[in-house]
Amino acid sequence: MEEAQKYVWEGAIPLQIHLHESEVTTLPTPPPALILAPRIGYLPLLVPQIKPHFSNALPPGSPDTVWFDYNGLPLKWYIPTGVLFDLLCAEPERPWNLTVHFRGYPSNILVPCEGEDSVKWSFINSLKEAAYIINGNCKNVMNMSQPDQVELWRSVLNGNLEAYVRISSKLKLGTVGDEYADGGGQGQVKTGRVPVRLYVWSVSEDFDDLEDAPQIDSWDKISYINRPVEIHGEEGNYFTLQDAVKSILPEYFPNKSSTNEESSRDEDENEQTVPSEEGEKYLSENVESRYPSDNVEIKLVRIQGIEPKMEIPFSWVVKNLTNPEHYLHICVCLKVPQVL
Amino acid sequence: MGTKEEAQGTLSSTDFGVAASAFILNWNTVCSSFPPWTWVLSHHQVEGYLSLENMLLSSTQEEHGELSCPGRGIHSHQEDPIDVDDATLVHTNPCKVHYYDLHIIYCNSYRVPVLYFRAYDSDGEPLEFDEIEKDLPAYSKKALSDSKWTFITQEEHPYLNRPWYKLHPCGTSEWMKLLFHADDALAKTGVAIELYLVTWLSVVGHVVGLRIPFEMMKQL
Repeated sequence: MEEAQKYVWEGAIPLQIHLHESEVTTLPTPPPALILAPRIGYLPLLVPQIKPHFSNALPPGSPDTVWFDYNGLPLKWYIPTGVLFDLLCAEPERPWNLTVHFRGYPSNILVPCEGEDSVKWSFINSLKEAAYIINGNCKNVMNMSQPDQVELWRSVLNGNLEAYVRISSKLKLGTVGDEYADGGGQGQVKTGRVPVRLYVWSVSEDFDDLEDAPQIDSWDKISYINRPVEIHGEEGNYFTLQDAVKSILPEYFPNKSSTNEESSRDEDENEQTVPSEEGEKYLSENVESRYPSDNVEIKLVRIQGIEPKMEIPFSWVVKNLTNPEHYLHICVCLKVPQVL
Repeated sequence: MGTKEEAQGTLSSTDFGVAASAFILNWNTVCSSFPPWTWVLSHHQVEGYLSLENMLLSSTQEEHGELSCPGRGIHSHQEDPIDVDDATLVHTNPCKVHYYDLHIIYCNSYRVPVLYFRAYDSDGEPLEFDEIEKDLPAYSKKALSDSKWTFITQEEHPYLNRPWYKLHPCGTSEWMKLLFHADDALAKTGVAIELYLVTWLSVVGHVVGLRIPFEMMKQL
């Protein structure tokens, strides 16, 4: 099992970074910078490597915050680099051609970034959220000693898996998935939540080649869904990746029974809770699918650059393909019928 | 609302919908002279959220930048609403008038509502954070300086793909738990869900200087 984690941590995307033409002040145009970006890392962390490459070409005056775009789309800096690549490049482009800007930060679109500190805090806040999802509280993360926090972040910065495992194991963030992935824990009925971030884009026309997939030119075309997957103890190894993805897309794949939360409550309390009429109004309004579920097709699922078979046990995916902040990032392409 | 969740101060996504509709009714009745809260269905997703737009929050006069319902609520417990001349809300320096959009969005991770907001001046120009900071009550300013990255941060709105200010939710369930336990009446009459948002906002609103009129707590 550790092999897969090592594989993930060593994963990298070759980037070819061009300075935006409006910022080039020298002739000839500086050649692009070639950088190997860790999949589990973040673009702003690469700036110390990139800036020296272009510093001669930049106009005078102090630069603004650095930002990147891909084909004109400003890139969200708090999304791990590997996820951005999997999401925006249907047909993987190697090297991945990005444009770097040292001016004109689009602060109406992108959340501000103050360099490494911003990325670190975004990471820690996500880790806290994941801890809350898994354990019902974020005490472990909040109570981390200062040196531990620093070392944890450093291990992510440097891609040091050994150091990371040493510190993160203190946080006790194993999920329900673990016991099944190891082949043990038979007969244990346990319900748990798994932190998942889903990035969904839909197409209405089929395409055979990924090259023909429509370009994503706006973030409005992507649904970002930050919703934990609930694993019910009895399902164990039978709960597949497909089941997991469908369970957090009820608008495309309506649940036949009551929502996950209600059924887990029932398990615990042995009582039938009936939502009030008001609640039902929202429930039926919301859960009614816009599409007959037969016609919605999962065309593509990508995690850490891999397209796993949909029948793979979800517990394996969780155990091996999670990012260091304990989130599983899943890119999904859905084919939906044209909305009339 | 399941007893388990009540005990934890959290609520399910379904219950959030219930709480929201009760809250809308309550607010729109008690504070009818204010902009209404509305329920917005997000484009792609199952969920909806509460939205209040163009809410006036002044930063002059009182130190706490207080917002109050004119006529009803805190300053007057009379039955009949007093028609307050809107001019009294406008201060000598009209440039200091700040408008807020507030969104209450359910967070699946923490199972509590989260407050997102943005602010702008009377020309519709977005306010910089240091101007918003001036609006905030003193205790919020202190919290801001103590916990820069974990109290109010600028983050992406979950649905709108734009930066909004967000109030961090990780302590919410703790104090909601305390509030619910402290009030026996809530537990007994079982109206916990309907009152969840009023209770929650009466605490959270303080951060941005929004005071919930007492009358809303009595509405059932």
